[in-house]
Amino acid sequence: MRNLEMGDLLLEVTNLKKYFPIRGGVFNRKVGYVRAVDGVSFYLKRGESFGIVGESGCGKSTAARAILRLIEPTEGSVLFEGGDVLSLTKKGLRSLRRDMQMIFQDPYASLDPRRRIGQIIAEPLNVFNIYSNKAEKQDRISYLLNKVGLQVGDSRRYPHEFSGGQRQRIGIARALAMNPKLIIGDEPVSALDVSIQAQIINLLEDIQEEFGLSYIIIAHDLAVVEHICDRIAVMYLGKIVESAPDVELYTNPRHPYTQALLSAVPIADPDHKRERIHLTGDVPSPVTSLPGCNFYTRCPARMEICAARIPELIDIGGEHCVACHRTSSPT
Amino acid sequence: MPTRGSGALDGIACGKETHKCDAGMQDTLLNIEDLKTYFYTFEGVARAVDGVSYRLRDGEALGIVGESGCGKSVSALSTLRLIPDPPGRIVGGRILFNGTNLLELTNRQMRKIRGNHISMIFQEPMTSLNPVLTVGGQIAEAFRLHQGLERREATEKSIDMLRMVNIPSPANRVHQYPHELSGGMRQRVMIAMALACRPEILIADEPTTALDVTIQAQIIDLMLELKEQLGMAIVLITHDLGIIANTVERVIIMYAGKIVEEAPTRSIFRKPLHPYTRGLIRAMLRLGSKIESGRVRLEEIPGVVPSLYDLPPGCRFSTRCPRVMAMCRKEEPELREVDERHFCRCWLTRHGG
Repeated sequence: MRNLEMGDLLLEVTNLKKYFPIRGGVFNRKVGYVRAVDGVSFYLKRGESFGIVGESGCGKSTAARAILRLIEPTEGSVLFEGGDVLSLTKKGLRSLRRDMQMIFQDPYASLDPRRRIGQIIAEPLNVFNIYSNKAEKQDRISYLLNKVGLQVGDSRRYPHEFSGGQRQRIGIARALAMNPKLIIGDEPVSALDVSIQAQIINLLEDIQEEFGLSYIIIAHDLAVVEHICDRIAVMYLGKIVESAPDVELYTNPRHPYTQALLSAVPIADPDHKRERIHLTGDVPSPVTSLPGCNFYTRCPARMEICAARIPELIDIGGEHCVACHRTSSPT
Repeated sequence: MPTRGSGALDGIACGKETHKCDAGMQDTLLNIEDLKTYFYTFEGVARAVDGVSYRLRDGEALGIVGESGCGKSVSALSTLRLIPDPPGRIVGGRILFNGTNLLELTNRQMRKIRGNHISMIFQEPMTSLNPVLTVGGQIAEAFRLHQGLERREATEKSIDMLRMVNIPSPANRVHQYPHELSGGMRQRVMIAMALACRPEILIADEPTTALDVTIQAQIIDLMLELKEQLGMAIVLITHDLGIIANTVERVIIMYAGKIVEEAPTRSIFRKPLHPYTRGLIRAMLRLGSKIESGRVRLEEIPGVVPSLYDLPPGCRFSTRCPRVMAMCRKEEPELREVDERHFCRCWLTRHGG
């Protein structure tokens, strides 16, 4: 980050937090917080793809929503092209959303079943009143459908007439409509079949090149993120525990959680034998705040200090950051 | 094992106690012949499973792989006769379990098979557990129904089962409700329930799809361990070739209601013959592939799976096949043994290579 020009930086997230209050008791008071996102910091360069992986409940989707202000973050700062996203008014936020679009996981739930595909894609164009001329708008829709591999005639059809993969293409066309700079994909392929998954990943990579997009891809599947993204962050219980460039993360994982995660990914090779790192136990509840490392309860390499002090995310060189006492103070 | 029951069941009971008593069947435990399960709906007839045949040997681990709608789950549900009727109906074929055709049994006889001889675990452990009963009570049900045990005895056995699937402090967990357990824990309970009566066959339908990667690895390892320990056969149904590679001995690939390829696991990965299998393997994401070759475009299978209401004439894969020929669109190829124990349904392989 230090050796970057400000112009290279598209998005900078610092110490982002989202706590959900838990209410209870007689007067419905706040009795605690779910620390869904607990101090997440990262940056995204122009044209780059940044991946966030983690298991369910680690806060990766909440982080993405907080960046877009689809939910209001509790604390932290989000700078988009140097401008503060969190202090924007409703109006300012609206124009920001031209530049930041989102693709959702479930292509069945994210398209309005009562509207035609053409109307769905035209919606952002209408909101911003881009085209006053109907024919121009129609041209734009046809162009977008074409780009995502659908037919022009499909704009008259309804979502239920399409398969999951085709629906995800519609979602992508809708996201592209405003010519955004950043697209956040929340599990964009996890609901799709293997053969369709490959189609959508290829499409995402093609349009990235063509439209000069930057991506934040959120997924639980390391292989998906590794394929699309240049840099990857691993989240555990609301915090980034490690982030590194793609190959570096795979070849030189430093955090015990990343190591376990990598070793658990099934390899489709019948002759591939390897030692799995077995994590015992389950993810602790995000309600109780631990005085030390969040991973302490399951870590195979825990030390005394891990229970007492929260490890900082430290840059160990080459854009590789790790939050582990073993890395920061080798014993 | 209660001994009442009709003649058909006695054959099975004998199979359970002495294992292979039917010499004619060699070690085939389950033999599915030309199974056809159709769904009759407003839109027409969906031929979800359309002439599927396979055999499962004693103690074998078999994988069934395919994408959504290929019929892999329906064929498994048909084996236990769990297809909702209407709209579904098993319209043809035989399901021979230890020589007894399950399709000819009465519902009452069938209930003695389910959970006792053939068990099934499902993808979503939360929806397959009863939320208002304790997990112990649900496991105990199997003991009480199939083995006629008393409540206390059944509960004790349930605790043993929870211990077997590595649930910590089983004596406490046995009194908890499903919502008090995590997803991985619930799947362990499902496994405990399925294995309570030491079935000969465990059918696992996408058992780890809803789980996180680290938990998924735990569950798969547990299933394999128990398979060795109890000597049962496993049918593992999944869309994920990655899970299959190191777990099963033989793989069946299904596409649009038919088996398109069947082979020992190594052959499927090393020497896939059917263009669909090849496409699937190539389309798969491989972790760490960037190290050798940088970012490479994934190979995709173009198009979409045909609708089961509107299947193409000839080969069902012909609409997406990169090597389609004129005859593929006219006539459907047979599933043929191309190599030793390697079957393929494709005109390209009809001359044995």
